[in-house]
Amino acid sequence: MSNLIGSDLNAIYASWLSLLVFLPALGALLLVLIPARATESLRYTTFAVTAVTFLLTLLAFFSSSSALHFATSGEATKYMQSTFHLPWIPSFDIYYAMGVDGISLPLVVLTGLVSLLAMGASWSITKHVKAYCILFLLLETGMLGVFLALDFFLFYVFWEVMLLPMYFLIGVWGGPRREYAAIKFFIYTLVGSVLMLIAILMLYFASDLTKLTPTQLARAHVLDTVTGEDGQRLLARPWQPAEGAEEAAVLQKQVDLAAATLMSQIESGERSRHTFSLLALAELGQHTDAFSPALQWWAFLLLFIGFAIKVPSVPVHTWLPDAHVEAPTPISMILAGVLLKMGGYGILRICYPICPHGGFDLAWFICLLGVVSMIYGAYAALAQKDFKRLVAYSSVSHMGYVVLGLGVWSATAGTLYNPDYWNMGVKGAMFQMIAHGISSAGMFFMVGVVYDRVHHRNLSEFGGLFGKMPLYTALAIGIFFAGLGLPGLCGFIGEVLVVLSVWNYSQVLAILAAAVVILTAGYILWTLQRVYLGAEYKGPHEEALVPITPRETTIAATLFVLAILLGVFPYSTVLKYMDGTIDRQTQSLAEWTQRRDAGEEGSTEAEANGEQVTIRKPHELTRRGDSAASASVADPASSESTQAPAGETQQGSQSKVSLSESRVESVSSGASSLRGGG
Amino acid sequence: MELVATSLFDLVSEVIRDTKGIGGWKEIAADSSVGLFLPEIVLCGTILTMLVVRLFRIGEKLDMFYVGFVGLVASLLILSPWRLTENPELFARRELFTGMLVYDGFSVFMRGLLFGFGILFLIFAKISGIPSKYDSADIYTLVLGATLGLCLMSAANHLLVVFMGIEMASVPSYALAGMQKRNRQASEAALKFAVYGAGAAGIMLYGISLLAGLFHTVHLPTLAWQISNHLPQMETSELMVAALAGLMIMAGLAYKLSAFPFHYWIPDVFEGAPAEIGAFLSIASKAAALALLVRVVVGVGTLPADVAKSMADTKAVAEASEVMEGTVWISHEEPAHVHGHGESHERSGSPSDKPADEAKVISPGLKAARTYMAKLIALIAILTCTFGNLAAYGQNNIKRMLAYSTIAHAGFMMMAVPGLLAVAERAPDVAASAVSGIAIYLVIYLFMNLGAFAIVAFLRNAMGSEQIDDYAGLLKSCPGITICFVIILFSLIGLPPLAGFIAKFAVLAAVADAFRISGDGYLMWVLVVGVLNTAISLIYYLRVARVMTMLPEPESRTPVSLPLFSAAGCYVLLMTIPVALFIVRWGSLHQTASAAVDYLLGP
Repeated sequence: MSNLIGSDLNAIYASWLSLLVFLPALGALLLVLIPARATESLRYTTFAVTAVTFLLTLLAFFSSSSALHFATSGEATKYMQSTFHLPWIPSFDIYYAMGVDGISLPLVVLTGLVSLLAMGASWSITKHVKAYCILFLLLETGMLGVFLALDFFLFYVFWEVMLLPMYFLIGVWGGPRREYAAIKFFIYTLVGSVLMLIAILMLYFASDLTKLTPTQLARAHVLDTVTGEDGQRLLARPWQPAEGAEEAAVLQKQVDLAAATLMSQIESGERSRHTFSLLALAELGQHTDAFSPALQWWAFLLLFIGFAIKVPSVPVHTWLPDAHVEAPTPISMILAGVLLKMGGYGILRICYPICPHGGFDLAWFICLLGVVSMIYGAYAALAQKDFKRLVAYSSVSHMGYVVLGLGVWSATAGTLYNPDYWNMGVKGAMFQMIAHGISSAGMFFMVGVVYDRVHHRNLSEFGGLFGKMPLYTALAIGIFFAGLGLPGLCGFIGEVLVVLSVWNYSQVLAILAAAVVILTAGYILWTLQRVYLGAEYKGPHEEALVPITPRETTIAATLFVLAILLGVFPYSTVLKYMDGTIDRQTQSLAEWTQRRDAGEEGSTEAEANGEQVTIRKPHELTRRGDSAASASVADPASSESTQAPAGETQQGSQSKVSLSESRVESVSSGASSLRGGG
Repeated sequence: MELVATSLFDLVSEVIRDTKGIGGWKEIAADSSVGLFLPEIVLCGTILTMLVVRLFRIGEKLDMFYVGFVGLVASLLILSPWRLTENPELFARRELFTGMLVYDGFSVFMRGLLFGFGILFLIFAKISGIPSKYDSADIYTLVLGATLGLCLMSAANHLLVVFMGIEMASVPSYALAGMQKRNRQASEAALKFAVYGAGAAGIMLYGISLLAGLFHTVHLPTLAWQISNHLPQMETSELMVAALAGLMIMAGLAYKLSAFPFHYWIPDVFEGAPAEIGAFLSIASKAAALALLVRVVVGVGTLPADVAKSMADTKAVAEASEVMEGTVWISHEEPAHVHGHGESHERSGSPSDKPADEAKVISPGLKAARTYMAKLIALIAILTCTFGNLAAYGQNNIKRMLAYSTIAHAGFMMMAVPGLLAVAERAPDVAASAVSGIAIYLVIYLFMNLGAFAIVAFLRNAMGSEQIDDYAGLLKSCPGITICFVIILFSLIGLPPLAGFIAKFAVLAAVADAFRISGDGYLMWVLVVGVLNTAISLIYYLRVARVMTMLPEPESRTPVSLPLFSAAGCYVLLMTIPVALFIVRWGSLHQTASAAVDYLLGP
C-alpha cells in the first residue's frame, strides 16, 4: 500500500512541507554543535534559520512555477492544496499528513514572519543564549506543525510540542514572577488539551470510512491506492477541474476504484474503518450519521474548551496576562502573534466542520463568550497600571472578536440558510487573527523597547517619550492605532466585518460588540497619552531613554508597514487567499443546517432524496443569498428563489416550522428551477 | 468432593505426560510443559549456580554479575519474544503442568519484558556499584529469585499459583529492601514491607479458600465455568461470600499493585531502600502484578475460547435432544477441565432461548462477575491514580516522590482493566486492545522509570543526596544528565512527543473504545479522571525540572561531576533515547503487543 504512494506530487509536497516544519528543529540540532560562548554566532544562526523558514513559507506557497503554487482562483482555492499523506503508525490508522488551504496559509506565513521578527528582537536576551535559541526554534517547529497538520494525532502532537519550549522560555527568561506564570500557562493549556484528547478518541472510534462516498473520500485525501497518472493527480488535487467529460469520467473511475480498494481492505481487516484524518472526520461530521448529535455536542464542547483556553476566552483567560507580562519581549510577541491564533484556528478547522451539531446548538453561547471576552478584556485593560498587562488584556478583548466571528451561525432557517453573514464573520475573524498577529506583536515589541531602556512598565511613571524618542513614538502610535482599529489600518477590517455579520444574528450582541470599539479607543488613547505625550518623563532611568536603534526600527517599521498594507489592501493581501476555503466551509455548514432542520421536521421527502436534493450549487446559493440580503431577510416570500406553493409561503412567513417545510419543499421541487431561474 | 473418577495411577501418568510431552524419557518434546517452561528452568539453574559456585575458591573471585547476566540472556534467547509478530500461531493458548500455568503470547511478552528488565537492571546495578563484591551474589540471587516469582505471576492460571507467585516474588523483595544492613530506615522499611505483605497474603489466601469452598475449584477457567453456571442460582448469603472472596483476593492484588488503600508500604520502602531496589519494585514487580491482575480478571471473567465453543455446542445438542445429563462436552486436549467438571455439576435447568452461536454471550453469571470486578477495579484505579498524584505534591525526597508517581502510574494502567472487562464478551478484540495498551504502557514505563531511578542513583553516588532541593542548578554542573532527566520527567507526565504520551494514549484509546461499545458510564469517569490526572501530575514533575534548571546552584555544594560520556551517562542516554524518539516509529511495539494478546481472549 505504501509503495503506491510514492507518486511525484505526494513526494514533492511531503518533502517541502516537512522541510518547512522541521527546518527550525534541524536548525536547533545545528545549534547544539555551536559552543555556548559564541553568543553572536548562535543568534545569527538562529536568525538565519527563521529567515529561511519564512522565505520557505513564501516560496512554498507563492512560487508561480512549481507544483507548490497556491491557487487563488477557481475550484482549487476551496480545498486543501499541497496535500500529502504517508502511513505513520498503520496499526492505529495514524498518518503523517499535512496540507495547506486558505485557512492555514495566512497563519503559516504569519508564523514565519512573527518568528523572524521575534528572533530579531531577541538580541536583548543575554542569559543562556544557546538554550534560548534552541527552544525558540523548537517552538517554531511546533507552531508550523499545528497549522499544517491534517491528521488529528499529528495535530495533537504538535499542539503539545509547543508547551515544553514555551514553559522554559517563560520560566527561565521571564520577569520576576516567571515561574508562577510559566506553570500557570502550562497547566491551563494542558488541561485544555487533555480534554481535547478525550474528544479525539471519541471521534476516532466513532468514525467510519465506509459511510463516505468515493468523492468524499477523495476530497478527504484518505485514498492512497490509486494507480496511474490521473489517479495520482486526483489524490494530490481532487478539486482539479477535469478537462471535458471524458477526463472527468476517467477521474471518477479512478476515485471509484480507489474507494473500492479501500472498502475491500476494510472488509478484509487490512485497514480499520476508523480514521484520524481531519478532513475525513469533517466529511463524516457533516455528511453522515457517524457521529450522533450527542457525541458531536460533547466533542465540540471538549474541543472548544481546549481551544478557548488557547484563544483565550473569558473565563479561562487568566493565564494570559501573567504569561504575557512575565515572558521576555520576543516570547510575548510569539505568544500574542501566533500562539493565540491556534485557538481560533482549531475552532475553525476542527470544532465546526467535525461537530456541526455542537456548534449549532452552542452558537449563542459561543457568541456570548466572544462578546463577554471583548468587554471584559477592554474594561480590564482600562484598569491596568502595567503597560504590558494592558496590552495583554487588549489581546483578550481583540481575540473576543475572533470567537464572535467564528461563532455567528446565522445560516439558519430564519435566514433561509443564507451563509453570507456567517461567512463574513468567519472571514472577519480570520482577518482579525492576522491583523492582531501583526498589531499585538508590534505592541508588545514597543513595550519591550521602552522596558529594555528604563526597566519598568509602570504606566504612571512614563510621559514625554515623544520628545526623547520621536521615531519610536511615531511608530508606536501607528501600531497602537492599528490595534485600536482605526480605518485604514489592519485592525479595522476584521472588527468591522465581525460586527456587521453579528448584526444579522443578534442586534444586541452587535451593538455590544460595536460599543467595545469605544472602550478600546479609550484605553489605547489614554495609554498613548500617559506614555508618549506630556511634558516630561516621570520615572527612573531617564538617562537611558536613547533613540531607537536601527535593528529595532526595522522590526517596528516592518510591522507598521504591514499594518497599513493590510488595512488598505485587505483583499489582495489576505482575503484573496482565504475566500474560497471559507466560502466552501460556511456553505457546506449552511447546507448541513438545512439538512438538519429537514431531518428534524421529519420530512420523509427530504430524507428519501438525501444529499442530492438538499445540496445546491454554490453559485446558486450565493446568488440567492444576495437577493435575500438585498430584500428583507426575514421574509422568504420576497425572495425570488422560494418557489414553494404560494399559499404555504404566505401563511408561513413568520413561523419557523412552516418556514422550514417550505424550504424543504422548495428545495426538493425547485432544484432545477433554481438553476433555470438564475 | 470427588472430582474425577480416575485412579491414582492414571492421574500420575497424565501429569507425567503433560510435563514431559509424548515421547521417550530422554527427550523433551516440543509440546511438553517443560519445554515451554525452559526459560524459568534456566533461571533456576542460574540461581543455583550462583549459590553453589561460591563454595569453591575459584567462585569467590567471580563477579556474580556475569553469571546472572548470562543466565538472563540465555532465558531471553530461549523465550525469544521477538517471534511474536512473525508467527502468532506458535503462541496460542496452552496450559502447562495440568493447568497450573498458561503459555500464550501474553505470558511470553511479559516474561520477555521481565527478562529484558533483569538484564538492564543488572547493568544498572553494576554501574551504580550498589552491590559490593561480597554482597553481589546475595543481591543478584534475590533479584533473580524474585524475577522467577514474577514470571509465575504473569503466567498464572490457578489461584494457588497466583498466591505462590506473589510469595515467591515478595519474599526476596523484603530482603532486598532491607539489604543495607546498617541503615535503620531501610530496616524499618523492610519490616513494614514484610508485615504488610504477610497480612495481604493471608487475606488473599483466605479469599481463595472461600472461592474454593463456593465453587469447588481455583483453576481459573474452571472457576469461570462454575461461576457462569452457579452464580445465577446462588442465594444472597452465598453471593455475599463470593463478593467478599473477590474483595479479599483483590486486596492481595492491590497490595502487590500498591493500589489505594494498600499503598502505604511503598513510599517508606522506596525511601529506605536504595534507588536500585526502587527501580526493581516499581517496574518488574508492578509489571508482573498488572499481568497477574489481567490473568485473574480474564480467567475469572471469561471462558476460554474452546470451552465457550464446546459449551455452545453442548447447549445446541442439549436443546436439540433435551438431554440434560451426562453430556460429555469437554475436549480431550484440556485435561485440566476434565478435572473440573465431568458429571460433577448439574447442568443448570434454566431455559436458554437464544441460538447456539450466541451461547458465548449468555452467561449472566459471568457478566455479573465481570461487572462487579470492573466497577471495583475502576474505583480502585481512579482512587489510586488520583491519590498517588496528589500525595506526590508534598514530597521532598525524590525517591518518595517517585514512589507516589509509581502508585499513580499503576492506577493509570489499571484503568485499562475495567475497559477490558466491560467488553470482554461483546468485543474480544477491543478487550484485547486494552491488554495490549497495558503491555505498551509497561514497556515504555520500563524505560522511563529505569531512567529516572538510574539518574537518582547516579546523582546519589555523585553528590550524596536524594533531596529534590539539593538538585538545584544541576543544569550548570551536569547539563547532559539534567536534560535527560527533564525529558524523562516530561515523559512521565505523558506529554507528546515523548514516549509517555503513547503509553497513556494506548490505555485511554482502549478505554474510550470500550466506552463506545459498552456505553457504561463509569468508563467515561475513568477516562475523564485519567486525563485530568495527567494535568495534576504535571506540577510535581515540573517542580523537579524547575529546581534543576531554573534555580541557582547553591554555593555550598561541592562540584557535582556526572558527565554524559561515562558508563553512567551512557546508561542514562540508553534509557532516554528511546523515550525521546519512540514517537517516530511506535507501530512495531503496537503490533507486537497486539500479537501478544491475540490469544488471550479467544482466537
